[in-house]
Amino acid sequence: MKTKLQHLFLNKPDQNLSVFITAGFPKKESLLEIIPLLENSDCDIIEIGIPFSDPLADGPIIQQSSNIALDNGMTLFLLLKQIKEVRSLISKPIVLMGYLNSILKFGLEDFYQTCCESGVDGLIIPDLPLLEYKKDHEVLIKKYQLDFIFLISPSTYHNRALDLANHSSGFVYMVSSNSTTGNTIETKLDLSEKIKDLKSLGLKIPLLIGFGIKNAKHYNKACSISNGAIIGSAFIQVVENSNNLKKDIPQFINSIKNKKIAS
Amino acid sequence: MQTQLNKGYNITENGYYGDFGGAYIPELLYKNLKELTDNYLKITEDEDFKKQLNLLLHDYVGRPTPLYFAKNLSKKYNAKIYLKREDLNHTGSHKINNALGQALLAKKLGKQKIIAETGAGQHGVATATACALLGLDCTIFMGEVDIERQAPNVSRIKMLGAKIIPACSGTKTLKDATNEAIRYWINNTDSYYIIGSVVGPHPYPDLVTRFQSIISKEIKKQLYELEGKENPDYILACIGGGSNAAGAFCDFIGNSKVKLIGIEAEGKGKHTQHTASTLQVGSVGIIHGSKTFLMQNDDGQITEPYSISAGLDYPGIGPLHAYLNETELASYLSATDEEALKAAFELMKLEGIIPALESAHAFAALNKIKFKPEEIVIINLSGRGDKDLDTYLKYYN
Repeated sequence: MKTKLQHLFLNKPDQNLSVFITAGFPKKESLLEIIPLLENSDCDIIEIGIPFSDPLADGPIIQQSSNIALDNGMTLFLLLKQIKEVRSLISKPIVLMGYLNSILKFGLEDFYQTCCESGVDGLIIPDLPLLEYKKDHEVLIKKYQLDFIFLISPSTYHNRALDLANHSSGFVYMVSSNSTTGNTIETKLDLSEKIKDLKSLGLKIPLLIGFGIKNAKHYNKACSISNGAIIGSAFIQVVENSNNLKKDIPQFINSIKNKKIAS
Repeated sequence: MQTQLNKGYNITENGYYGDFGGAYIPELLYKNLKELTDNYLKITEDEDFKKQLNLLLHDYVGRPTPLYFAKNLSKKYNAKIYLKREDLNHTGSHKINNALGQALLAKKLGKQKIIAETGAGQHGVATATACALLGLDCTIFMGEVDIERQAPNVSRIKMLGAKIIPACSGTKTLKDATNEAIRYWINNTDSYYIIGSVVGPHPYPDLVTRFQSIISKEIKKQLYELEGKENPDYILACIGGGSNAAGAFCDFIGNSKVKLIGIEAEGKGKHTQHTASTLQVGSVGIIHGSKTFLMQNDDGQITEPYSISAGLDYPGIGPLHAYLNETELASYLSATDEEALKAAFELMKLEGIIPALESAHAFAALNKIKFKPEEIVIINLSGRGDKDLDTYLKYYN
């Protein structure tokens, strides 16, 4: 049986946009409003961040959103409950991104089982090493029919990248540069050589490029060498500055996708 | 190549002490850590490296540090109490043993830029010192709150030529300084990160234990000269992340003749919200890339510890200690702020030594253990108390 993510890439191999929002930001119940707005927008994957006190791979924007969410009283338990609440209205794949400590505290099997029951499709856990994944997580991911997405960075050796790709399902998360999320340095996206090499070595799974993707220009560049891109910090800033999410969310998504058509 | 430090415990190829340890890091750091993991034993076991480091430890740091028989303290507690005088090291604590070792290692790896975190500032001063000596660029991450409460060490670090970057995230203390150092490392992979304690992802806990193990090696030799035997009955050491304790315990781990006792900072009491007794109130999870005990809430959010001593208020504990605790190869007690202060004032009066507030916690354990008169007790006096004068003056009356 194919998962939602696998279906997505089968039917629409290119120009997929994944949008990331921290759960519980800016308000405790915001997911209930934002998920349906993303469903009705032109984005393709909805990625939800589990707020964590010590997010090591994240830059200031996601850190701050995480802190606000925690101050709002957001928890992993509540996050999964909120997803379950809106799931019946949503057809797009939902991916959770979070740090391992939150998941261990929830209880490993409990967590994956609740993900499955709440309608989560895939997981990204940036601080879970491959070794541990194989030992304790892989069997549960399969049991609950979830996709697991590993990160590959520009500094990941080819053999290791293939190993990570082979253990990923749905897609692989290609980090645009060696940096934390939302870096203000102009994203270089010097990845075309690396991706070409990996493909010639047999990489088949779809690749989405993330970290530092902020605008249509970045998005287009990412799409030209991969199957799409992930936008996190830039979207969080839109949500943070918005007085009217109903208007601003579709407008932002269109600005990312439409300009592409125009150019 | 894996040369075992001590047969009393095992560390696996992937950096596990039993269930604890490992390297839970974002892929972005994999290459850097792999470079270190592949090379740290090769370099540190090299004869030239050892010679170079030992010379510096001898001539520059002032090692070996004395093993001092504390006559008055011994009389009071009715046991033979020796103090391992790490407070007499250059820069005032055991931190220089590791900082110098890692700075030298970084140089061998061809790294010019050093980063480090600091809480109380002792590791920051030690790292800035090592970098000045070896001609390396040095950037120290320090929580905004700690910058305020440890002003003299901030000045020292700056005068030694290092740059200080305030950690403004989270609760703005040691935990956040460590987060910021790791994030900076992700963004600047040409730098070398000198972690100050036996925490963080593999190979750091092992690497730092190795550089600190000189403490237990010297204890063995010195005790043999003084008492005609290598094994004391007890070794007491305070624990935040646990580097001075790891160093003092290292060569005695698994030796059934020696009781190893670590003392955590209980703050205002382990049943209050204001404590740093990680093993007492914490549970297993991941902090700074290592699986170990840490202080967290029901949702897995890491909580802020409290101790009167800035060097002990770390919400985790090195994975080696989590393992020693679980296997009962060492035992762990805790001492409150009040007990530590009392022990510090007692040491000042009885022996004429002003200890660091951190080290004072180890002395507080003297009241918690029943010794026999012939028993030999070694207390690792990990640092001197100059930096804590303000606090001492506040409570002295």
